[in-house]
Formats: sequence, C-alpha cells, structure tokens
Amino acid sequence: MKDLFWHLVGIATGLKILLIPAYHSTDFEVHRNWLAITHSLPLERWYVEATSEWTLDYPPFFAHFEWMLSQVAKYVDPRMLEVQNLNYESKGTVYFQRLSVIATDMVYVLGVRSCLGSLGLARDTQQHFAGSMLLLLNVGLLFVDHIHFQYNGFLFGILLLSIGALIRQRFLWSAFAFAVLLNFKHIFLYMAPAFGVYLLRFYCLEQANVVSTVAALVKLLAVGLTPFAVSFGPFWQQLPQVFSRLFPFKRGLTHAYWAPNFWALYNTADKVAAGVLKVQDTGTSTTSGLVQEVRHSVLPAITPPVTFALTVLFMLPILVKLFRSPKNQSPLVFLRAVVLCGCSSFVFGWHVHEKAILMVLIPLCLLTLVNREDARYAYILGIAGYFSLFPLLFDADLYIPRYSLYMSYVAMLYGQLYRIFPNFRGFHALEWLYMLGFLAIPLYEHLLSFLLHLDKRLPFLPLLLTSVYSALGVLYFFGAYYLYALGFSWGKVTPPGASSSSTSAVKRKRKTK
Amino acid sequence: MKSEILAAAFLGLAVRSIISLYPYSGLDSPPMHGDYEAQRHWQEVTVNLEVGEWYTNSSDNDLLYWGLDYPPLTAYHSYLVGRVAKSMDPRFVKLHQSRGFQSKEHKRFMRATVVTADVLIYLPAILFLVYCIDKTFKSDDKLFLFTLTVAYPGQILIDNGHFQYNNISLGFAAVAVAAILRRRFYTASFFFALALNYKQMELYHSLPFFAFLLGECVSQKRFASFVAKISRIAAIVLTTFAILWFPWLKSLQAALQVLHRLFPVARGVFEDKVANIWCAVNVIWKLKKHLLNDQMALVCIGCTLLAALPTNVLLFRRRTKVAFLLALFNTSLAFFLFSFQVHEKTILLAALPSLFLLKWWPYEMVLFLEVSVFSMLPLLSRDELLVPAVVSTLTFHLLFKCFYLNGRQSDEFPVRYLANISSILMTLIVGASLTIPAPSRFPDLWPLVVSVISCGHFVLFFLWGNFQQFTCKIS
Repeated sequence: MKDLFWHLVGIATGLKILLIPAYHSTDFEVHRNWLAITHSLPLERWYVEATSEWTLDYPPFFAHFEWMLSQVAKYVDPRMLEVQNLNYESKGTVYFQRLSVIATDMVYVLGVRSCLGSLGLARDTQQHFAGSMLLLLNVGLLFVDHIHFQYNGFLFGILLLSIGALIRQRFLWSAFAFAVLLNFKHIFLYMAPAFGVYLLRFYCLEQANVVSTVAALVKLLAVGLTPFAVSFGPFWQQLPQVFSRLFPFKRGLTHAYWAPNFWALYNTADKVAAGVLKVQDTGTSTTSGLVQEVRHSVLPAITPPVTFALTVLFMLPILVKLFRSPKNQSPLVFLRAVVLCGCSSFVFGWHVHEKAILMVLIPLCLLTLVNREDARYAYILGIAGYFSLFPLLFDADLYIPRYSLYMSYVAMLYGQLYRIFPNFRGFHALEWLYMLGFLAIPLYEHLLSFLLHLDKRLPFLPLLLTSVYSALGVLYFFGAYYLYALGFSWGKVTPPGASSSSTSAVKRKRKTK
Repeated sequence: MKSEILAAAFLGLAVRSIISLYPYSGLDSPPMHGDYEAQRHWQEVTVNLEVGEWYTNSSDNDLLYWGLDYPPLTAYHSYLVGRVAKSMDPRFVKLHQSRGFQSKEHKRFMRATVVTADVLIYLPAILFLVYCIDKTFKSDDKLFLFTLTVAYPGQILIDNGHFQYNNISLGFAAVAVAAILRRRFYTASFFFALALNYKQMELYHSLPFFAFLLGECVSQKRFASFVAKISRIAAIVLTTFAILWFPWLKSLQAALQVLHRLFPVARGVFEDKVANIWCAVNVIWKLKKHLLNDQMALVCIGCTLLAALPTNVLLFRRRTKVAFLLALFNTSLAFFLFSFQVHEKTILLAALPSLFLLKWWPYEMVLFLEVSVFSMLPLLSRDELLVPAVVSTLTFHLLFKCFYLNGRQSDEFPVRYLANISSILMTLIVGASLTIPAPSRFPDLWPLVVSVISCGHFVLFFLWGNFQQFTCKIS
C-alpha cells in the first residue's frame, strides 16, 4: 500500500469546494461581522462593539486571525468589512469566507500528519490510510465547517499538533501549542486537565531531582503563560469586559437545540413529569426551541455551579488513572483522558452546543486506530454523535447530502474497522438495535409525521427525538467507555493496553523519538 | 467489503445531491430557458393532454417550444413525474401558464426526481453490472469499478447539474450489458429495448448488441434452434416496442409523426460546437454552403456505418466479452464522431463502456473519461458549472490514483507520457480560456479549440479501440 495521504487531502479539498454553494448558517454572518469589527475598529473597541447581535466572543488570537483574514478580504470585496453592513453575502464574500475555511484547514492536515506519525503508524500501512480517511474526510467537520460554517478545522489542527508533540515527548512544544489553542477558542479549556496532569506527571515529576523538577515547572509555566500574556496583554485595561464576552453565563442551561447530553434527558424527564403530574407550564416552554432560558416545572432548577461541579467530578477518576499509569502506556491513557474530559464537559456542561461533540469525536479517531476495543466504542459514539449534528443542517436542500455523507462515512468506517483489526469482535445485539434505531428518526421526520398529521402540532418532535435518542448513545458511551478506560471490564474484554497493536504503537514511538 | 460498496454508493449519492445545489441549464434566461424547462414542459404537456396529442402540433402543444422529441418511455416518465408535480403544486405543470416556471421548491422537486432515478435505476444497474463483470472474469475489481463509475463527473454534471435523465437510459443499457456478460440474451434484449425507448441516442449502442446477438443465433448448430432463438429475441424486442408505442400504433401517420419527432433532420448537422468530425471539418470547409441538410444526413449515415462496420464485423465473428465492451466503445465513438445532430452530452454513451474498460486499460480509459468531461466544458460553463466540473474531474483523477497506486504495477512508458501531455494541454486550455478573452472577430474561439482538441483525442481513441479489439487476447 502506498502513501495516499496527499491524495486524500486532495479529495477532501475537492469535496469541500463543491460544498461552497450549500446553505450556511448565521455563523457565516457572525464571522463576517468579526471580519468587519477587527478590520475597521481600533483594538480597544473590538470587545465593546455591539452593532450586530453577534458580538465578538472568542479570545484575542481568534480576533487577530480574523484581522489577518480581513487584510486579504479587502481585495475581494471591501463591502463585507463594514460593521453596519449586516447580513451581507455577495458572491465574493461567500467564496472568500468558504475558501478561507478550506485554506486554513491546511493546519488541520499538518496536525493529522503529525499525530498519525507520533502514534508510530508507518505511512504505507492500512492504519495510516484509515486514520487519514477518518480525520481528513471527517463528516462532522464537513457538516460544521463546510456547510454550517465555522473554523474548527484549523483549531483541531492545533490540538492535534499539540497531542502529537506530547506523544513524541516534546513537552514544551505541546504546552505551547495548547496554550495558543486556548487563546483561539477557550472551549478547549475542558481538555486542559488532561494536558496539565500529563505534563505535571511525566514531564515535571519525572525529572531526576528537586532542582530540575522546579526548573521544568518554571519552564512549563513560562511557555504556557506566554501566549496568554501576548493575547490578553493589549486588553489588560478592559479585562472584565473581555471576560464577560467570553463567558456569557446569562445563556441558559441548554442551547436552543438541546445537545445530546445529560441535560437533554433531564429536560425531557421534567417535561414528562410535568405532563404526568399535570403541573402548569409557567410562561416559557422548554420545547419551544427559540427560548434560550429553560425553566423546569418539576425537577429542581440547575445552576452553573452545579454543572461545573459535576463536570469536574466526572473528570477526576480518569485524571487519577492518568497520573498513576505506567510510562509505557501513558500516551494511550492520555488520549483516553482527553476524550473523557471532553465528554464529561459535553455531558454535564453549561449551555453546551451540539457541535462540541467534535471535541470527543476527533481525538477518538486516533484511538480507533490503535486499539480494537476503543474502536468499538468510538464507532457507537460516532453513529450517535455525527447523527446529532443533523439539526444544524435543517435546510431541505441538504436532506439528501447530509444523510448520504453520513451513511458514506459510517459505512467506510465500518469497513476500515475490519480491515485494521481482522479479528474485530463486532457489536452486541443491543448495540446493533440502538444503532439501527437511528433509521426510525428520519423515517418519522420525513414520512410518518406527515402521514399522522403531527408535523404541525408537534413541529419540534423530530429535534427532540434526535436529541434524546442520541443522548442515550452518548451516555452509554460515556459510562461504558469510562469503565473500560479505568480498567474495569466484563465479559471477554481484554484489559486496556494489553492489545498487541497498542503496545507496539507505543514501542515504535520510542524509536522515532 | 460490502460496507465499502455501500460507502461508495452513498458517496456517489452525496456528490449528486451536492451538484444539485448548483444552477441548471436555462436558469433565469427567458424565453426559451434550457433542458430543465424542456423536461418541465414535457410534464406539463403529458399531464394535461391526451396520449395521442403528445407528439402532434396543436394550439395546446406548440412543438416549436420544446416539443416532445424523445421516445415514448420518456413521455411516460414525464407523465409520472408530472402527476407527482401536480399533486405537490398545480402551478408546476399548469397548461400554458407554467411556461418558464421556476422557484426554489420546484428546483428541489426537479432535482429530487433525478436523484430518485439515480437511486432506483442508475446506481443499482451499475452495481449489478460490476458484480456481473467480477463473476464473468473471476476477478475482484468491483470496489474499484463501482467507485469510479459512481464518481464519474460527466454523467453527474449533465444529469444533476445541467439537468437531464441520461441516468435512466444508461442504467437500462448497463443492465443489458450485464445480461450479455452473463449470457442472458433475452433479458438483455428486453432491457436494451427499454433503453432505446427512453432515448433514441441509445442507437449508438445498438450495433454491438445486434452483432453479438445475431452471432450467437447464427452459431447455433441446428437451423431449428437458430430460428427459435432469433424469433424469441425478435418477439421480446417487438413486444416491448409494441406495448410502449401502443397509443400511436392506431394509424401509420401517428407512428410516423413520432418517428419524425425523434429524428429531426431539419435541425442541421450540429447545433453548438461539438467535438466531432463535422464540426472540425466545418472550421476549414463550411458544410452548410456546400451540402443540403438531406444530403448531409445521408453522408453522415454512410460515414457512421462505415466507421462502425469493422468493429461490429469483428465482434460478430469473435464474440468475447471484452470484445463486446470494446465494440460498444468503438461504435458509440463512431456514431459520436460521424453521425447527424450530435450533442456534446452524447459522449456519455461512449463513457459508459469506457468506465468498465477501466478494468483492463485503466490509464487509457481514465484519460478518455477526463477528455469527455473536457469536451463538455463549453456547455457546462454556460450553466455556471465550470468550477464543479474542474474540481470534480480533479477529484476523480485522485480517486483513480488512490486505487491505481494501490498494488498494481505502473503502466508502460508511452501511454503515461501521452496522457501527461494531454492533461497538461487540457489544463492550459482551461486556464487560457478563463484568463484570455476571445477576440471579437472569433467569439467562439475557446469552445472551438476545446471541440477540436477533444475531437482529435476521440479520433485517436477510436483508432486505439479498434486496434485493441483486433489484437485483444483477453477472452
């Protein structure tokens, strides 16, 4: 098998360019507005400006990134750079913004290349090919970046570069890249505990004596804090204003569309209980979809500290496990810790967006390659997670593209599982039942709801079904995979790390160091 | 393996539905619009008029405005789709008033009908043919052939972009080819008759079918079994025709009227620039000045038959499966190069057999497929489909390389050398046509250059195909 990495990059780019005329969401206008703000206003106005409702709420590096894009944009169509010119989308603007996502995806490509190399996968192996396909043609990124419109590709690229550097034991580079990433998009803060614990344990505490430990710690802090200083320094006089933009706790527990997490089930349980107990809905209804604030009728109201406490609580076990894991298995446990930290925050976080599932799914692609048990869990979460992104692509023209891209991806993934792991043990009957159950949702949404005349009476039921049914899968994954990662096992499951492919991957990594 | 076939099928569907998002032919260009309006108009006519009036001029059916000029199966298909359109929104197909109708919902509906045909006919037919090829030649190329066939940009851009239903007639033809490979001659006759009744252009494929089936009948040892076999095939074809043509068989005049609609001599030897011999000759020697339309038609028929003769005689005498595919390729190219009233899109008929010849001659055929898309670029750029055409062709090339780098040896030197020259030439022309405006004296300069270059390629491929069939040892 030859190295087909760059062929796949080309194919992915072709697919992305074909998607340029597809529907794009309000995030397109969000980013156009940020282009305009950063281009036409002085630095101190960036986080104050509020002409558009889509105010700048990403950290300063991202604002600077938009400023750099605007330097090119002014040659394409200067009108897109006017703050007052709301909802402007000329052909030039669309092409420019779409192509900027595609071009910055090169960072992602480098990240993928670096990570696959760091896992010790030779370039002519099936694993390397499968990994390139899973990551480069990732259907979640296609949905969110290239249809819905966002810049996750290059952010995940930086994340992968950071992970790759960490596995290669270039700790300071890893810390630096991750700190830079945090200053682009602060949602990655949820993964910071895994990085922090790993660097503390296997970089600082691994040193021979106390002096070099302290020196390592100082170096680490210096490297890690520099990006923050560079990023937030220019805004030091208006830090409270910047932070109020970055952490808007005024938004509700759940997003307009409920991300498939614990709170989606909680809200549903509340609705059901209210229905059963005949409690009057006071004012806003949770299913009305447009309302940001959710009021629970029966179950206790949830406040931000509660979600925060739960998130941290559920991160602790895997962090302890990471801290105590032997050195030769630490990269594997680290990757699992990244996934589980991301998943804890997704399941219990405050105001989680459905897109955040990518923070779990992308690192999981790496684990899929090295261990067949991880691959099994990754597949189940993939089925639920990528499906839960469909509400982002609600335009009727996108029905066929979204289902066929999804089906193509999961079928390809299934084929690759059997190619990488000839003795892949398949899925439990209940898991199959769950995965095939997803067929029922489109069937209801596009056929049964019309036949039963429920489409007018319960317009949000398909969204609710998607959210709740996906949430079941996400929670199943979270629980089962967590126990597996901690080393609890039942049935024929081999203990983590014992599988030959994972240890050999780690060994090969040593040689490449 | 099965899941990867499924992945390829859905990828093909995804690309089709994504190309559907682009503009179609004749969008916002009254009064005549384009093929999209033609198809919509046929729905309007068939839904609102009696069957007998579909092909005849009347106050309700102005044949000068996109009159129905495809065989009855297309008309029935239009009727079926038209009924669905009517139930969705009567304005889509209201007699007279719906002319030039366009809306977001209507586009979505029309696009969905093409994708439906892809899902129900084209993709299953291709899959069936690919399985049959593997079974016949005891090989394992289905993933390779199927992926490239579903991803071939030419058919996607014309059907899901420009707007036509070639997928239906090509799908029927593919099933007929598969049936020949599996030696199911009656099934083959039936499906080929369907294809021919969907689009008369399927005549491009008819001679090899005829030669192969006739050869099979003649080679029977006893005269009785010869008669039995040939009469059964004839009966199947004639019955299929009779059933489909039933409404117009009541009088000779009605049947002739349909035939007249299908073969419009009056429309001239070619309309737009097309990559065939006549268009190339026309550059130097103006055909219309020297020849009348009727004379020209006769010259065309003569040349076409002459060009198609060697390959079909060869097939008649030596009926191997590969020779059959090669003969389909050669004959459809002969028709494309020499016949009367050729459209750019008709190259898709030669592309169908070449997609399956990829199995034996990958480098040559992938070049042919790329040239075929190149030859349609003037048409596609009029529909604002230039970007997807170029991008999807490059992606197709990469997809091919993914399979081809994977385990096979590289091809002999001269073919790759020539292929590289052609690719560079085509890239240069595309680049030049985008950057250098045509001089005002020759506004059609770039389409003409594209046509002549493509024509040169097709002539070479025609000669190459005949040569391969002559020397081919694969049985």
